[in-house]
Formats: sequence, structure tokens, C-alpha cells
Amino acid sequence: MKLTLHIWRQKSSSETGKMIPYTVEANEHMSFLEMLDVLNEDLNARGEEPVAFDHDCREGICGSCGFMINGVAHGPQPSTTICQLHMRHFKSGDTLYLEPWRAKAFPVIRDLVVDRSAFDRIIAAGGFVSVPTGSAPDGNDILIPKKYADRSMDAAACIGCGACVAACPNAAAALFTGAKISHLGLLPQGQPERDERALKMVAQVKQEMFGSCTNIGECEAVCPKEIKLEVIARMNRDYLRACWTNRHEAQRTDGI
Amino acid sequence: MDLKSKCPTGPIETRWDRYRFELKLVNPANKRKYNIIVVGSGLAGGSASATLAELGYNVKCFCFQDSPRRAHSIAAQGGINAAKNYQNDGDSIYRLFYDTVKGGDFRARESNVYRLAQISVNIIDQCVAQGVPFAREYGGTLTNRSFGGAQVSRTFYARGQTGQQLLIGAYQALERQIGLGKVTMFPRTEMLDLIVIDGKARGIVVRNLVTGKVESHIADAVVLGTGGYGNVFYLSTNAKGSNCTAIWRAYKRGAAMANPCFTQIHPTCIPVSGDYQSKLTLMSESLRNDGRIWVPKKAGDKRPPNQIPDSERDYYLERRYPSFGNLVPRDVASRAAKAVCDEGRGVGTGLGVYLDFADAIKRLGKQGVKERYANLFDMYERITGENPYEVPMRIYPAIHYTMGGLWVDYNLMTTVPGLYSIGEANFSDHGANRLGASALMQGLADGYFVLPYTIGDYLANTKLEKIDESHAAVRDAETSVARQTKRFLEIKGKRTVASFHRELGKLIWDECGMARNEAGLKRALSTIPELREEFWKNVSVLGSGEELNQSLENAGRVADFLEFGELMCLDALRRNESCGGHFREEFQTPEGEAQRNDDLYSYAAAWEYAGEGKTPILNKEPLSFEYVHPSQRSYK
Repeated sequence: MKLTLHIWRQKSSSETGKMIPYTVEANEHMSFLEMLDVLNEDLNARGEEPVAFDHDCREGICGSCGFMINGVAHGPQPSTTICQLHMRHFKSGDTLYLEPWRAKAFPVIRDLVVDRSAFDRIIAAGGFVSVPTGSAPDGNDILIPKKYADRSMDAAACIGCGACVAACPNAAAALFTGAKISHLGLLPQGQPERDERALKMVAQVKQEMFGSCTNIGECEAVCPKEIKLEVIARMNRDYLRACWTNRHEAQRTDGI
Repeated sequence: MDLKSKCPTGPIETRWDRYRFELKLVNPANKRKYNIIVVGSGLAGGSASATLAELGYNVKCFCFQDSPRRAHSIAAQGGINAAKNYQNDGDSIYRLFYDTVKGGDFRARESNVYRLAQISVNIIDQCVAQGVPFAREYGGTLTNRSFGGAQVSRTFYARGQTGQQLLIGAYQALERQIGLGKVTMFPRTEMLDLIVIDGKARGIVVRNLVTGKVESHIADAVVLGTGGYGNVFYLSTNAKGSNCTAIWRAYKRGAAMANPCFTQIHPTCIPVSGDYQSKLTLMSESLRNDGRIWVPKKAGDKRPPNQIPDSERDYYLERRYPSFGNLVPRDVASRAAKAVCDEGRGVGTGLGVYLDFADAIKRLGKQGVKERYANLFDMYERITGENPYEVPMRIYPAIHYTMGGLWVDYNLMTTVPGLYSIGEANFSDHGANRLGASALMQGLADGYFVLPYTIGDYLANTKLEKIDESHAAVRDAETSVARQTKRFLEIKGKRTVASFHRELGKLIWDECGMARNEAGLKRALSTIPELREEFWKNVSVLGSGEELNQSLENAGRVADFLEFGELMCLDALRRNESCGGHFREEFQTPEGEAQRNDDLYSYAAAWEYAGEGKTPILNKEPLSFEYVHPSQRSYK
């Protein structure tokens, strides 16, 4: 199959970029990234610099890869990261537009590679249980009803790829942050720091210049791990509750 | 080279306790005066960084990915072993120890393995407390499943994403310390050399992958948790970025490399479909709990699987190994698959066998199977376009894990004082074959519960000179890194880095893969240097060194694989026996099982760098077995 690709090329964060058209020969068994590997080998042979894109495990779990294909984060296949998207879902003659994640909080580093370190800082602000190594009770001392463990796992499946932010017209990080708040908030281990976690993580989100959530739902539609909007409701509830019950803390961390 | 394992003696049950008591401690107020570098942020590196920082040390943690959460530990699917005996099925620390020594085909140290089995129970507790959402029973307790090489259910899991959840637990603990200012994180930064001063590891040289800037970091100890070298095969289940550069550069600075020929082939991967293929995908071993593996009895039988009646199918693992059946260890299952394919009975492209869930679906219902394996089935369908609820999966072995790595003593210290190696990067606990669900256990044991104790003993006992970045050894290391970058960019050859990597991988897979023989290994040993020479004359790396340049990153990694692969073949050639993942065709039993030679080869091979172009020196650490007596492994 023969494809036309319009790819965002940008040499560094300080330079401006533009779309450049390429043609590539692919076959239907290739993954999307393998198709880009073929393009890069061609470019290299012609003495042109290859297209930079983030990728690592190519199994849909590390969260490294991701860009927009025709305006859709991770492309047309639901619940699928780009590394797991196969060319059988495209047809010969297709024209595809590849762009990096678009969000102020994710500056472009080069071509399709963006800086997602804001996500790490959101986790560092409160996305954990403070339990130093060695201080844990026996695993079965903490009983957790299966349904809570399962729902917690649903939220914990987030791979931190950033598609939710890229798809959101406001570039909000609500699905990502809500997923962590839900993962830990649904478990007994997460209760002691639940209020503080919501306050600190939400404050960090604002500081990173992510937009606000206006319940549009694009994030859920593109999430490769099927994280549900419900996690945002849970985050908002925890945040509101924390603001009422910890007024001094809330004033300090969030200025409200 | 003097290999002192420092393994304690006496009753095995109390060795680690007694040893720990004898280790010197660093006073809490003094810990903050020490700086420790950790390279790698996976289960081993991430857990070590967090724990060392909790203890009060100043930690710098480095990873080449954009975030510590992306380390390849994340891709582990099946689970983590622990001798909790929650299932009341006869498990114990001793049994986990026994299974691991036997599963490793008697090529691991008993003291290390026993310690690992002891610590396994603490790991589960720690991870639960961090909020890892392990699978649970309706009563709220933790549940388990079985894995290959064991007859008890001791594997804890979080759906098919156990590695991800454990890594996120360690990552969150690490991020907490970053937030507290005790760990400084350097993502998108690759270690390119080790700084050794007065015979001690004192720092590393790194390249910032975004700006290209080469800089040095000085510390009192350096820890490498940089994973395995499976990508020497090009096609493997490892992440694309996984590489041997950190351990290889440490080797060239004096750290011995142990047992590089011990590589693990995982029996359940999705078969190769074409030349453009960039990596292989693993299907968790847990699938072998419910799936049945078979091929047609007749060679060349091209009928679709559902038209082959039961009587014309060969469930070869159940036939050959009735007591373990489909749950034999990985090396045994992989070799059996190769054997039936060599007979012309392979399915699909000829390099594949069926993993069939029809019986499981009859027994548990489609919903029951879905609950256990939904994400794996979905992944299989995404990649192959076939629905495994309807047609059997096709699987074939692929490189998955490497048991070899930097030689370490009982303290996890390499032969360079102050340089530690943890997780898959070292050679310590799995012998010649790793059992399923034991990699996660070892990575976390090293990082949470072993290294934090042993590193204190070194720091408390060692007088370290104060040095800074202007030291001659630091500048020397920086210069050699800068020189290599310049050299890559100046070659301006015709072939891409990937084409060399692919060629090397095919050669290693053919000659030093699932089965090896003397002639093939000798062939590889003469071909690899030629390929390396061509690489240094004809590789094409475009762009500059002062920017994000993925070809340049890969060039450095492939250059190291081109050297590492040669050592691996040499090690395989010198080990004239078959054991675990190392199968030499000349040494097999009449039934085709691996035949060890304990009289001559009951040792860990620790290779010492002898200089550019010189044959490395083989040092031997003899292994003795007081508790689990070496026997022909039998899973019949």
C-alpha cells in the first residue's frame, strides 16, 4: 500500500516547525511505527534526517508513543496506542496528517516528540502513598473488597501517554490526574492522605498551565486504556471535600 | 582477578540475618553527606533510588526515557512470586528457594537464592501498602495463580499488567522523594561511561539526549540498574531502547561480565510476520495455565486448526512431560517448540505452534476466560487480526530475558569497588534459566531490601577522597565520549544503524539462540568482527551531536552490541555443556534434554576485559550446592 504522510517537522523547541509531505510504501501487517521505521530508513538513505518520535516498548504499555493522526490522538482505532495500531486499518492511497500532542504544558522538543515532564511533577505533588520501605504490614492484613480492587485497577491502568491532554480542547489534565486520585482513593491504603493528595495534585495541575475540564469527554474517547470520565467526577468530589474540611491547607496550597 | 563472593556460611535459613547484623551502618546524620548515583529507573533502579533517599542519602537517578515510569519493567505481564503460602498448598521459603535453584539448572548461588526467597514475602507487603491493586478474592484477600516450573500457586498479579503496577508503585515512591528534594531525576539522559578513580567507581559521564551536552556526575557510589542485553538479538520482547551500553562500558572499566551466554527464550510470543518487523510481543506465560499447546501429528498438515480432529493433534508438552504438562519451565517449553517445528510440524509460517483455549472456554465459559486474560486476548487480536476466542493463538519462542550480566558479590557489588549492579543488569540469582514471575521479585528485592543495607557497609568502611569534575580521570572519560560521538558523525557511510543491528541480531539468533554448536559459534566469532569493522567504516548517522538525535543514540548502543555479541558467543563456546537457556547441541541426553557437566562447569564464568582487540580473560567462581543437590532436571 502507498500512503501520503504530512508530518510536522520541527528541529528544536526554539525553532518553528511546518508540515512536510512524504510518500511511503507499507504493507498491512506492519504496525504504524514500523511503517515510520521504513520511512526513516528511506530518508536516511536519501541523506535526510529521520523523523523523531518517542517509542519504547511497542506493546502499548510504556506510554512513550503517541501523536495525532488526522487530528485524533493515537489514531482511528479505539483503545489502541499508536505502537499497537496496524496498517490493516488503513488503505492504499490514504493521506494522513501526523502532528505532535498539542498543549501548552507539553512543549515540542523535536518533530513528534514532546516534553511530558509536567505529568511527573503532578505525581510528585501527591500521587503516592507515603509508606517508606520496610514499614508495611502483612499483605493480607489489609482486606479490600474485590470490586474496589477492580475499580482501583481500572484507574491504575493509565499509562501516562498524554493523549487525554492532546485531545482536550482545553488541554486539561483532568483524566490523568483523576485516574491517579481514583486509583489511590478507592483503596484503604490511600485514605490517610486523600484530602491532601487532591489539594496538592490539583494545585500542581494549575501551576503547569493545563486548562480546566469542561466535561467535553474527548479524553475518554481517545484513552487507549479506557479510563472513564467517572475518575474526573471522583477527583472533583475529593477536591471539593478537601477544600471544605481542610480550609487552611486549601488556602495554603491553592490560594482559595 | 580475585572473585570473592562474600557469601556467608552456616545454616542457610539464618545466613542473611547474621550477615546483615555484621554489616556496618552509616549513622543517620552522616547519610546525608553521601551522594549515590543510580542509573536506570525500573523496578530495581526505581526502588533503590526511593529507598536510599528514604534512608537519607542524596540520590541522583538517570534514565534515557522521558520519564522514570517508562522503564521496561513496565511490560512484565504475568506476576511476581512470593513464598506467602496464602493458598495453603504447601509453599514455603524453602520451596521457592528449591524451585529457583533447580529451575536455574544449578548455576546460581544458594546463598543469594535463599535470601531472594526470604525477601519475597516483604516485597508483597511493601507493594500492597503502596497501593498496588493486586487481584483479590471476594473475601478481600490476595489471590494467586500458578506459573511454569512450580507446582504451587505463589504468583501475585494485577491482571496482565503486574509489571506496570509494581513499577508505578516504585515510581510513585521515587516521585515522592523527588518532591521532597532527596532525589534529583535526570530523564532523557544516557550514561556513556563510568568514572573510576583510585580503583573505585566515583561517577558517570552522561549525554543529555535533548541538548546533546556531555557532562559528568561525581558520587561516592554508583548503582547500575540498567536491565538486560536481549536486544543484541535485534528481535526480542525488550523495549526498543533497552541496551547494554551502561554495563558494557562498566565492563571496559574493569567490572567482570558473568555468564553472558545465559539468555532466556520465552516460549509464548507472537511469531514473526515479516522482514520489517521491529520487535516481538510476548504473550504472558500465565496463558499456559489454561491454554493447551499442540501441533498437527503429521508434518506439513496445512488444514485450518478447527478441521484437525483431536486424534490427529500432538499435545507434545502434555505427552512428554505428564506431571508438569503445559507448565514446564521456559527453556524446556521453548526447545520442545523448536523440535516440533524442526520436524516440519510448525504452523502458520512454519515457525509457530498452537496455544488453544477451546477446552478452557468449554470449562470456564467465554466470560471466565475473558476475566483472566482479556487484555492479552485483545492485544493478540490487535497485532495479528485473529480472534483467539475462535481460533487458537499461534506462538513461537523469542528472546525475553538475560540471566547473565555484571558479576556481583553477595553485596551486589561488582569487581569495581563502589560499583553496584542490581536487577536484570547483574547475574546473581537465576542461574542458567529464570522461572516465570521471578524477574519482578529479584528487581524489587535488590532495590528495596538488599542494596540499601549493603551499600552502607561499603560507605562506612571506605575512605573516599574528595574529588570534583576537574579531575584528570573525569576529563579523560568525557573526552572519550565526545570522541565517539564525533567519530559516528564523521563516518558518513551508506548503511543505517538499524541495518547493522538487524544483521547482527540474525547472526546471533542463528548461531547463539535456542540451540548452539561449536561450528556455528566459531562462525559467529569470525563474522562479528567483520561486521563491526564494516560498521565503523560504513554506518550513516545524520544530524549533529548537539540536538535530539535518535540515530546517534542508537549508533552508540549498536556499537556496544557489536562488541557484546562477540563475548556472548565466546562464553557459549567455552561452556561445553548444556544448562538452562544455554543448549549446546553436542551435549544432550538421548531424550534431547539439556545435559550438564557438573564436574567441569559448575562455575560462574566472569569475563575480564583485557584491552582493545585482546581476548578477554575467563575467571571462574566455583559453585557449591549444600542444600539442593544437582540432579538432572526432570519435569516428567
